[in-house]
Amino acid sequence: MAWHRLMRLLPFRRLSEQGVLGMNRRNISYISSYNPRELYPLVDDKLKTKRLALHHGVTTPELLGVIEYQHDVTRVGTLVEGLDNFCIKPAKGSGGKGILVVSRVEDGVFYRSNGQELSLRDLKRHVSNILAGLFSLSGSPDVAVFEALIEADDSLRDYSFEGVPDVRIIVFRGFPVMAMMRLSCAVSHGKANLHQGAVGVGIDIASGAAVRAVQRNKLVLSHPDTGKDLQSLRIPQWPTLLDLSCACADMTGLGYLGVDLVLDRRRGPMLLELNARPGLTIQLANGAGLLPRLRRIEAFTQVPQMTIAQRVAYVRKHFASVDAQRNSPPQFVPEKCSG
Amino acid sequence: MKTGRGPFYLLVTLLLITGSLLTAYRYAMFDVPWMPGEKRQIWSVEAQVDFIALGEPVKVSLAIPDSQPGFERVGERTASPGYGLAFVENNENNHGRRAEWSIREAQGRQTLYYQVEMLVDPDAAGAETAVEPPISRVRLDGPHATVVNLILERARERSADPYTLTRELIHEFNRQSQSASLLTQMKPRGAWLVDMLHMAGIPAREVQALNLEDGRRRQQVVNLLQVFEGENYQLFDMHSGKPGKQTNQLLWEYYSAPLLDIVGGRNSRLSFSMIEQEVPVNRMLEEGTFPAAQNLLDFSIHSLPLSEQALFKGILLIPVGVLIVSLLRIIVGVRTSGTFMPVLIAMAFIQTSLLTGLVGFILIVAAGLMIRSYLSRLNLLLVARISAVIISVIIMIAAFSVLSYQLGLTEGLKITFFPMIILAWTIERMSILWEEEGPKEVLTQGGGSLMVALFAYLVMSNDVVRHLTFNFLGLQFLFMALVLLIGNYTGYRLLELRRFQPMLGERA
Repeated sequence: MAWHRLMRLLPFRRLSEQGVLGMNRRNISYISSYNPRELYPLVDDKLKTKRLALHHGVTTPELLGVIEYQHDVTRVGTLVEGLDNFCIKPAKGSGGKGILVVSRVEDGVFYRSNGQELSLRDLKRHVSNILAGLFSLSGSPDVAVFEALIEADDSLRDYSFEGVPDVRIIVFRGFPVMAMMRLSCAVSHGKANLHQGAVGVGIDIASGAAVRAVQRNKLVLSHPDTGKDLQSLRIPQWPTLLDLSCACADMTGLGYLGVDLVLDRRRGPMLLELNARPGLTIQLANGAGLLPRLRRIEAFTQVPQMTIAQRVAYVRKHFASVDAQRNSPPQFVPEKCSG
Repeated sequence: MKTGRGPFYLLVTLLLITGSLLTAYRYAMFDVPWMPGEKRQIWSVEAQVDFIALGEPVKVSLAIPDSQPGFERVGERTASPGYGLAFVENNENNHGRRAEWSIREAQGRQTLYYQVEMLVDPDAAGAETAVEPPISRVRLDGPHATVVNLILERARERSADPYTLTRELIHEFNRQSQSASLLTQMKPRGAWLVDMLHMAGIPAREVQALNLEDGRRRQQVVNLLQVFEGENYQLFDMHSGKPGKQTNQLLWEYYSAPLLDIVGGRNSRLSFSMIEQEVPVNRMLEEGTFPAAQNLLDFSIHSLPLSEQALFKGILLIPVGVLIVSLLRIIVGVRTSGTFMPVLIAMAFIQTSLLTGLVGFILIVAAGLMIRSYLSRLNLLLVARISAVIISVIIMIAAFSVLSYQLGLTEGLKITFFPMIILAWTIERMSILWEEEGPKEVLTQGGGSLMVALFAYLVMSNDVVRHLTFNFLGLQFLFMALVLLIGNYTGYRLLELRRFQPMLGERA
């Protein structure tokens, strides 16, 4: 197309050489080309995702209860009674908006993961806001979902501050193409959203080892709060996570999907949520563009009849990161640009 | 990617072609200039009729001109206190357009004025002046016939076509002064010339014209000979035989009817004064004096009543604003709160003027955010809360208006031009943003919106842009094509250069 030629002329050339996927192309060539509109509700509504996952035997965080109507808001008290920790989410929320994590309850006072104290009244107000559609994608009425809190796997605990780290895997036509781990930190208020300041660690598809890490688009070497060296990060049960991401993509039928997985201490890998419009910062965290990998998958004219194991083997062979494979002490040239 | 892009590009091409053609058509056929400052030459000619009224009913009939080759009539007015006035178009009697004044009783010296504004337009085609008159059959006898035939014969030998024949006829008339005087004893030279041309089978007539010269007063019409050849004609001075210049000769009367006809008056006198004006075209367009559309193809806003035109002036600017928002969001990557909120804010700025608008906007949004932060503590349902914000915005606007009016700042009244519902939603969204992402994000998005609004305002308030969008409807098709093309843009956004900068530093 004409735009491609244009891109080679402008200062965008170097981005293009790196195979960086831009917002416009993501929207036109991937999201709207591979994600049928009618499948969106499956991922935009966390309740529907949960039901789908249940049907396909995919583990998700335990559902404690749902509040659907305004007059049920009074039920919040009974719903959370006796719970030590839980989280409240809007079913149709996006970008982590409206997610309230209560990590501790003492004498009727609810403590958020960042230490903020909330009363039952505050909880009810939050639920009421969720129902009114304040956090939902299009402002439409929503339901509030109460979920059991996930406890981070021991091996990952030191890598995250307050929140639970999750793994984002981009799955394209059933192939996991790129992965990153998102670590919450003090700046991000315990949230694992990169635009709120969480640390993104690129993960080598082949090995599950860290490639490099970024925070607010800048390279970082260690976790800003815990001081843990991020290069040593290696995700346990990596092949299982890859399998799980493929299964998630297969059950939705979406061609270009962001799968968010967590490793629970007790229940192992589980699906946190799905995203039909996954962000682009994952490229920064990996120091690699998505385009070469996406094009490779696109080269299959038909969606190949490959089992999940075959697909995972394919991507582990072809999409291994050069940086991570060296496995020696990482060699960074932080901030120093040669060009 | 998978579906063919053929139909899409076909549609865009069609839109581009349609838009360009419509625009070019309007430019070429109506002479609407590209630039608003462009000027056109207009001749204002005033006819002054003086006469002494005899104390009885008075009827004055004055021949008045219409559009003709080289001139387009764009306006006319009269000053005639106490007189009834009618413009009569009497084509059946072949009297052309006439102004007819009438009064029951008038006594003493009377003065009537008629003023016409003629736009100099080389392309103008007047229907009436270019129609050749019927050839009358001329019957002569005796010595006159001999002389006429002699002159005609001589002239015919030395000429090639109607125009040269006319010239030679006039020369012959001058040369053979004795024969000529024989003829002019019977009827004037002009009538003979017309007769002789008719005998030669050439349509011709006597017309009365004005020589246009800037700042002249008390001018009289001159008699000219109009000779036709096919659809064209040429004017000749009847004594020198020189062809006249059409560019500064305005035909005033061309039906061989009396120039001025007065019943109930005497000592009538008709004189003309004229001035040349340079009038900016956009002023003419606004005043509606510009030649208006005549058929459906001449599709333009100017065929609407003036109040609707004013409305469309604003509406036709919206596509420009929308285009700018698309450009800034898709190509540059600016983040705004609310997709097209900036366009509405820009429209409000146009109404309020920039400074008032900016101050008003920031005041209202800041005050609204404060009120909203209190409302959020009240634990209200979303719809009710936004309604509350809307009402407080309206109260604030009313308060600001009254306050500024009391302080003598009438500028403050313009604050009412802001779209209130949009403001309320902006406040709500920014307030949520504040709670969720902190004040920094509010400043980023609010600043982004304001910046886009400012940019859109600057473009939309530009005179050239206003002139073009208002006068060239075809441009809307071009905007449409552009927006479609932008919607197909898969390249990088400018701000992505910065975003992905860390990736470039490494392996370049």
